[in-house]
Formats: sequence, C-alpha cells, structure tokens
Amino acid sequence: MNKKQTNNYTLALIKGLGRSLWAVLRHAFVKRETVSYPDIKRTLPSRWRGRIVLTRDPDGEERCVACYLCSAVCPVDCIHLQARQNGDGRRYPETFSIDFSRCIFCGFCEEACPTLAIQLTPDFEMCERHHESLVYEKNQLLIDGQGKHPGYNFYRHAGVAIPGKAIGEAEGDTPPVDRDNNLP
Amino acid sequence: MNFTQWLLAFSGLGLVLLGLLFIAALMVYGERRILALLQDRLGPNRAGPFGLLQPVADFLKLLTKEHFVPPFADRNIYIIAPIIVPFTALLSFVVVPVSDDWWLADLNIALLFILALSSLRVYGIMLGGWASNSKYPLFGGLRSAAQMISYELPMSLALMGVVILSGSFSLVDIVAAQELPFIIFQPIGFMIFLVCGIAETNRLPFDLPEAENELASGYNTEYGDIKFAFYYLGEYIGVLLIAALIAVLFLGGWHGPWLPGVFWFMLKTLVLIFLFFWLRTSLPRLRYDQLMNSGWKLLLPAALINLLGTALLGLFWMEG
Repeated sequence: MNKKQTNNYTLALIKGLGRSLWAVLRHAFVKRETVSYPDIKRTLPSRWRGRIVLTRDPDGEERCVACYLCSAVCPVDCIHLQARQNGDGRRYPETFSIDFSRCIFCGFCEEACPTLAIQLTPDFEMCERHHESLVYEKNQLLIDGQGKHPGYNFYRHAGVAIPGKAIGEAEGDTPPVDRDNNLP
Repeated sequence: MNFTQWLLAFSGLGLVLLGLLFIAALMVYGERRILALLQDRLGPNRAGPFGLLQPVADFLKLLTKEHFVPPFADRNIYIIAPIIVPFTALLSFVVVPVSDDWWLADLNIALLFILALSSLRVYGIMLGGWASNSKYPLFGGLRSAAQMISYELPMSLALMGVVILSGSFSLVDIVAAQELPFIIFQPIGFMIFLVCGIAETNRLPFDLPEAENELASGYNTEYGDIKFAFYYLGEYIGVLLIAALIAVLFLGGWHGPWLPGVFWFMLKTLVLIFLFFWLRTSLPRLRYDQLMNSGWKLLLPAALINLLGTALLGLFWMEG
C-alpha cells in the first residue's frame, strides 16, 4: 500500500466514523418503535393466529362434527377429542381439549377443518402459572358466536340424512352412482 | 494519626466507595436508556420513576441467584478473579481530584499508580478466563491479555506528553497546570488516550474479550450470580475512571468559568461517558487483526512521535 492509498483509506475511515456517529445521533429524535405494552395495546391483524376457539353455526348448533382431522394434522398432538352421535345421526365431540402448553399456533387445525368449526383468534394473552391450567376443555373452547365465517352452515351444503329414506330417495335427489356398475 | 483521624479517613473512604457504587449503578441504567434513545426504543422504564430502580432490581436478581462454581473450574482463582477488576478500578479513584480542594490522596506518582493498577486489571479478566477452564472464556482471556498489553503502551506514552507539559506525575498538579486544557497542546495525545481508554475498558468497538457473537460472552461466560455482578461493576467503574481521567488530564479537570469546579469536572465526565455509550451503539466491533494493526502500527508510532514532539517543545520553549 503506497502513501496516497493510505491517506485515502484514513480519510475514508474518519468520514465513515463521523457519518455513522451522526446517523445514530439523529435517531435520538425519531419516533419510538416500542409500545408500552400493557398500557397501550396494538390491534392485531384479524388473521392473527392466537387462542383457538370452537364456533357455532348460525342456528346456534356446534359446527364441529368430530371428524378428528384437526387432531390428526396437529404436528405436536395437542388436540384430543371424543366423537359421539346424537339421535338424528349428527356427530359432535363429547370432549374436546387443546393443550396450549404444547400448541405451536401453526393453524393447521383451522386449515384442516371441513366445517370451519375450529378457528384461531387474535388473542395471545393466555399466561398461566401452571401447565395444567393451559389445557383448555370444551367448555372453555366453545364460543357462542360464529367467528370469522358468519352465516356458514355446513349442513346447508352437505344436506342431512332423513330417517326412513335412503340416499337418493328424497325429492329432487339424484340417486348415487353405483361405482361397481358404471360402465357406459 | 490518632483515632479520630483514622475514623475520619475511613469514613471518607467508605463514602467515596458507596458514592462510586451508586454512580456505577446509575451508569448501568443510564447506558440502557441512552442506547434505547439512540435505537428508537424506550429502555427500562417500569421499575420506579422513569425506571430508576432498574439497577436495584438487577442487583437483587444477581444477588439472589445460586452461587455456582462449575465443577471443571479452578475454584480459588475462579472466585478471586472477578474481585480484582472492580478493586483495581475503585482503587484508582483515590488519586483523581474532583475539585481544587477535594481529593483522597495526592500521590506524587499518581499517574504511575493508575497505570500500574490498570495493568493489574488485566489479571482479573485473564485469570477469570483461564480459571473457567472452558473454551470461550479462555479465548476471551487470551484476547483481553493481548489487547490490554498492546493498548497500554500507547496509552502510557500519550500520558507522558501531559507529564512533560505539566512537569509532574501528580494529578492535582497536572490539573493545576491546565489554565488552558491540554487537549489544545496534545490533540494527538488526547485521541490516543481516548481510543486506548476505550480499549482498556473492553468497551465497544474494542470488546473483543467478550464479543457476544463469537465467544458467547467471552471471559465471563461461566460466571453467574454476584461474581458476574463484580465483573459488570468493574466494567462500569472502569468507564467512569477513564472518563474522569480524560477530563482531568486533557480537558482541564475542575477549570471552567462561572460555575464551581466540581460541576465542571462532572460535566466533562458526563459528556465523555455519553461519548462511550454513543460509540457503543454506533460502531461495529473491530476484527482481531485490525485491532492489533491499529494498536501497534498506528497508535504506538503516533504516540512516540507525539512524545518526541512534545519533548522537543518542552526542551526549547518551556525550559528556555
């Protein structure tokens, strides 16, 4: 390195030093990024993946049909439920528990749910002093509202079984395809 | 000395000690708030008014932690090492004059005393790294030894310029000689001392001994509880010491118009402490070869030339 290069290098060094010092000092007068959290709470995006709830359809019935898809897709196995059928053949979860001490809030259960029953909400303030308190049972999960999908009722699209009539016998119903004999 | 004098002397020492510890605690808080100010954050503002009780909370936390010595560590040295660092830094304050009639001791070799203690300080860090018996602390200790030895040379050579100008090793005489601050006659010496001072206290951009990103936490990786608090305390007392020394040696100490001397000394020290914090948030850490290059190839020759120039100046103008 010859002398001229050394001088240029030193000059650039001093200039760079001054510039970074000045740039940092200017930040003393910039608006703060931090929010004083418990006093000021930011509104979270509506798609925020927080506390999980079970929703009801517009008629006030449970949307969940206990298909076990959420439990199956859950990567940390934190969803446990027990299916049951009532008199008209409608399935519902007898018990439903989510262990929030294991839940990673990935939202897979919401994506897997065919009836839009299980939903993640923008609420993350669920601290507890004991692990056991983080296991939410069905009465803690089930809410009275419809959540993110108002007006959706699974059975309006899928139809319901009518006692005494097989599939295809109802009015305006097409008989099911016999897949063993559907040759042209 | 009779009993009353002893009592007075010891109570004075105790007061200074408590005052320094109090200032160090305030510096910990002040640093966090100033870093936050320069980084668009808020900083600690929950404990007490404006978060002023934060250092108390930190101290209580460290105090109540488990006193743990790693089974692989060299037990005695591991425990003694962190005590050395704040001890040497605190002891150096004995000779720092705060105002024109306020100091603990006016040694005629005060500067040598400070340099000797700052050399001893290396042992605290190096032995801590060695006694931890683990790889990151060892690297931190090695780096600290190399860094402090390299930067102590230009630091003491830069001080010799001040000694030539004032004709004394005593800090009181040096300040008394500064009708005009020595920074005017010794601008190079001031810069060298500032840089070396930052390097001596292991502050950014010279914090290679504890470089978080490479060495976990360097020499204090294996330290927890009150032993870590000692290292922490030592670092901040060291920053305070270097700031006070720069104020005393180059910025005229208690000299200043209108206001009492103590106030001027405090003002100069505070500005320098702010500079330390400001540099910490502005500059990236030096690479190891850059550190050694700037120490041996830039600062040492510059300090020697500065000393030579000052000596010639002193020979021809001041004596004649």
